[in-house]
Amino acid sequence: MSTAVVERPLYNPVNYLNVKHTLKSWLLTTDHKRIALLYLGSITMLFFVGGFAAMLMRLNLLEPAGAIVHPETYNKLFTMHGIVMVWFFLIPSIPTTLGNFLIPIMVGARDLAFPKLNLLSWYIFIFGSAFTLYALVSGGVDTGWTFYTPLSSLYVTTHVMAAAAGVFITGFSSILTGLNFIVTVHKMRAPGMTWFRLPLFVWSMYATSVIFVLATPVLAITLLLIGLERGLHVGIFDPALGGDPILFQHLFWFYSHPAVYIMILPGMGVVSELVAAFSRKRVFGYKAIGFSSMAIALFGFFVWGHHMFVSGQSVYAGMVFSALSFAVAIPSAIKVFNWTATLYKGSISFDAPMLYALGFIGLFTIGGLTGLFLAALSVDVHVHDTYFVIAHFHYIMVGGAVMAYLGGIHFWWPKITGKLYPDVWARLAAVIIFVGFNLTFFPQYLLGYLGMPRRYAMYPAEFQMLNVMSTAGASILGLGYLLPLVYLIWSLRYGPDAGPNPFLATGLEWEETQSPPTTHNFEEIPVVTQDAYAYENMGIPNV
Amino acid sequence: MSDTVAFPGAGNPHAGNRNPALQEQFEHIEQQRDASNFGIWIFLATEILFFGGLFTTYIVYRMIYFPGFVSGSHLLERHLGALMTFVLLGSSFTMALAVHSIRLGKRKLVVLFLILTILLGVAFLGVKFTEYYGKWNEHLVPGIDFHPSANDLQGATPQSVELFLCFYFFMTGLHALHMIVGIGLLAVMALLTWYGKITAEHYNRIEVSGLYWHFVDIIWIYLFPLLYLITGNRH
Amino acid sequence: MIAFLLQSGIPFRPEAASTSGAHLDKLFYFLTGLSFLLCVLIFGTLVYFAVRYRRRPHGSVPPVILQSIPLEIVWTVIPIIINVVIFLWAANLFFRDAEPPIGSTEIFVVGKQWMWHLQHAEGQREINELHIPVNVPIKLIMTSQDVIHDFFVPAFREKKDVVPGRYTLEWFQPTKIGRYHLFCAQYCGTLHSGMIGWVYVMSQKDYAEWMYRNRPSESAAGVGQRLFAKLACNNCHQTNRSGSGPPLTGAFGSVATLQNGERREVDEGFIHQIILNPTTLPVAGYPQVMPSFRGEVSEEEILEIIAYIKSMGQEQPQPVAEGNQ
Repeated sequence: MSTAVVERPLYNPVNYLNVKHTLKSWLLTTDHKRIALLYLGSITMLFFVGGFAAMLMRLNLLEPAGAIVHPETYNKLFTMHGIVMVWFFLIPSIPTTLGNFLIPIMVGARDLAFPKLNLLSWYIFIFGSAFTLYALVSGGVDTGWTFYTPLSSLYVTTHVMAAAAGVFITGFSSILTGLNFIVTVHKMRAPGMTWFRLPLFVWSMYATSVIFVLATPVLAITLLLIGLERGLHVGIFDPALGGDPILFQHLFWFYSHPAVYIMILPGMGVVSELVAAFSRKRVFGYKAIGFSSMAIALFGFFVWGHHMFVSGQSVYAGMVFSALSFAVAIPSAIKVFNWTATLYKGSISFDAPMLYALGFIGLFTIGGLTGLFLAALSVDVHVHDTYFVIAHFHYIMVGGAVMAYLGGIHFWWPKITGKLYPDVWARLAAVIIFVGFNLTFFPQYLLGYLGMPRRYAMYPAEFQMLNVMSTAGASILGLGYLLPLVYLIWSLRYGPDAGPNPFLATGLEWEETQSPPTTHNFEEIPVVTQDAYAYENMGIPNV
Repeated sequence: MSDTVAFPGAGNPHAGNRNPALQEQFEHIEQQRDASNFGIWIFLATEILFFGGLFTTYIVYRMIYFPGFVSGSHLLERHLGALMTFVLLGSSFTMALAVHSIRLGKRKLVVLFLILTILLGVAFLGVKFTEYYGKWNEHLVPGIDFHPSANDLQGATPQSVELFLCFYFFMTGLHALHMIVGIGLLAVMALLTWYGKITAEHYNRIEVSGLYWHFVDIIWIYLFPLLYLITGNRH
Repeated sequence: MIAFLLQSGIPFRPEAASTSGAHLDKLFYFLTGLSFLLCVLIFGTLVYFAVRYRRRPHGSVPPVILQSIPLEIVWTVIPIIINVVIFLWAANLFFRDAEPPIGSTEIFVVGKQWMWHLQHAEGQREINELHIPVNVPIKLIMTSQDVIHDFFVPAFREKKDVVPGRYTLEWFQPTKIGRYHLFCAQYCGTLHSGMIGWVYVMSQKDYAEWMYRNRPSESAAGVGQRLFAKLACNNCHQTNRSGSGPPLTGAFGSVATLQNGERREVDEGFIHQIILNPTTLPVAGYPQVMPSFRGEVSEEEILEIIAYIKSMGQEQPQPVAEGNQ
């Protein structure tokens, strides 16, 4: 990046993938890129586990009386769906795959600050997933992913401890990853890489890491307290023994609300990169977007009570949390406007990653607007714990975060693997996913306002039509998710070689490393003299 | 591009004059030390949030069940608590001396001070386990063997005293776990220093260990008054 | 398209059958309309830009546009204003309806896995059903016997968690005669989706008839009075002040001073707490000898005792009457 002409790094046939092939070289690697792939394999498997549970749930909801499973089983299905998707897919997804792979390269370093800690994080993650999968196969858990007390601490007989232990252990993986990212961004930037020259992906990963580090420990202690109550029968959360069940909710949501920002901020970072690359323009309002990420992380810690408006907490507490929840919506809105403005006078192409990015902006906007409904006190009284809430968070987490994740995987796939995937299939999959998603989840807003509560294995007959629509959409969505699995793996063997910068994108990962990168990323640590997204210097790829 | 690189994959700066303590992801030794220090402070921040959640729960229940917490606190032996506090403060002093010594390159002194710190830490744990054993003998272990006498309760409900003791065991137990990890860490550091793997160039490792140790000490400084020094007067 | 949707029989909202419900629907439709408008605006712009600025062969390199502070300010301030409006509107509705009107008809609710036990003040008990008169404010005093539940009536646009160990209040004033779903809306275990029922809103006349037809031999307060004697409460709580506990005539709704100087209102929650955990509420001026009745009295019985205590300070426990209130 030190001249105006794009320099192609000299090509080395030895890269991080083929440098060594032994199992040991993979399982004991400290290369952030290999660790990213270890995570990629793990979370993909876990995604399909969580997705399988969802499929069974939606099939069951075809019939008002439950079509295929008993309520006991249904309750276990939605619990496992929530636990696996939240903690074992969404929270790790972008940070551990794209974050691990890209952050060192984007800041101009050879690896993260603590590579061995990074490997340890992966092992902790695997260990934690093992516990949770054990809970799954040995009979499941049926408390809901939210583990509300006293139901979870004293009333259910399912494997709460194993599932909670799995989540507890995996929390440390998050904490260490966040710690690693924060230190890397602070201390390992290449010469000339000032904070305001960093890609916005790094800014959002930094904000996410702050939440990882500060919120996750509170979850850890909360799970330990449940374990204590379950193990010793002392009254921490059970009123019969003198405890307070609402205290659990405060402790749980103090972590779990910031957790949802962990799930969306990385996706927002990806979208910034994609929108710039496929409009061939600088991101509009770089500082606004960067600071918005930090604002979301900060405000996100102060709104947890909006999950508890009808819990019996005081009216005044409700008002405070409602006001703050409206405040936290503003930075997200600012981002949407800035992304849209980036398209102005751009040169826009509709490659698959861009389709995912545009889909994200649309679906996140809808999800975010319904967040305003939920932040409004009296509206929430009606729709709390109904399908309206389910629709809201799936619009954000699936319509938002998962689309961004897929967009990022597609965008950086050539860099990570050195191969190109077939764009026609990729675009088709993106459209199928978009259509399937809306068909699945939009009816759920209606179901929610009509009054269908969530976590119901059976429901009154008048809700059937909307449920059937939703299930139909889910089958399309499921098909859409299977397609990338097929053609991405296909591309590894049969895809054409990508070259260092097939999208002519900016960023150290595109401009200073080959595809796939060598183990140490750079021949020499680059000296940065240019702002991010200097697309005016990159020309326009062939149409 | 040199063809005598140590690692295939080009572009590694392992030529010539790199500091032997410098890990490959870093460019300069100051960067490495800076990163380690920053890293341990962030780790300590996570620990603050971790214990913080627990302290918050403790405070909530202390406000609800104050009489029970007063009675419970009277069941603890203040002189033992004070002794443990002094022992830990002493260990932080010896730890600081170890950090001072490594900067001067005096490896034998470092090992000596680390061992002293470990011994003081073990002494702390010894007193703590004596306390626990005492509670076990008095049948005052929540959930497992809790049969208080009227004298133990001093007018409070058994439930609230059991809850206090639950917090006592959990908070001091979690703290003791952190101590054990710390002792293990210092033992490793002592061994590495003894065998010359840690030199003045690696002073950072001792410093980072020291920060962890001081933090565990500070947690105790909060635990002691919260658990051992509750009098019957509300603020 | 919209006409088709509206004719299709796809339901869009439940019946609105309460006073607060009508207000809420207005806000909800405002939010829906606003969201729709914003979506049209944002998506329209996105689509317009995507089409207008799509890549063309031989197109020029896009210009460098970094930011526009005026634009940032505009699109920060306008959402803030919109949000403040929504917040105030919703908070106002919430705050205004937070307290039930004085004189509301009280119904006791005990939720347990997996059914609803309800009791009218006059003593009629119902399971999974609630019969109430139209145009009368109804106040539910609720607790759970086990885990957290939630009493949700979509047609009234109301719900409130039902929590073990404390009382929560929910109130509504039905405006339309009919039969409405009652759902448990806080996951409570295996048969959470079976913990449902019906709320029957009847004309005042039909309600009076129903109450009469289903009249029990004793009102809730009457049962409470019997329990009060059976559990020997009257040994200490004597009306002539000769017992070790305070007399309870007129006690409900008064303010008690605790030994540490704290003042607490004697409401349903206070009585519940003091029956189950008396040492946590040491009332000044009395010896601390009240035993705990945990395990000896059910949640429903506590509610009946409360009904009795409420009636003290009035002449008699409520007789079984017609058309109460």
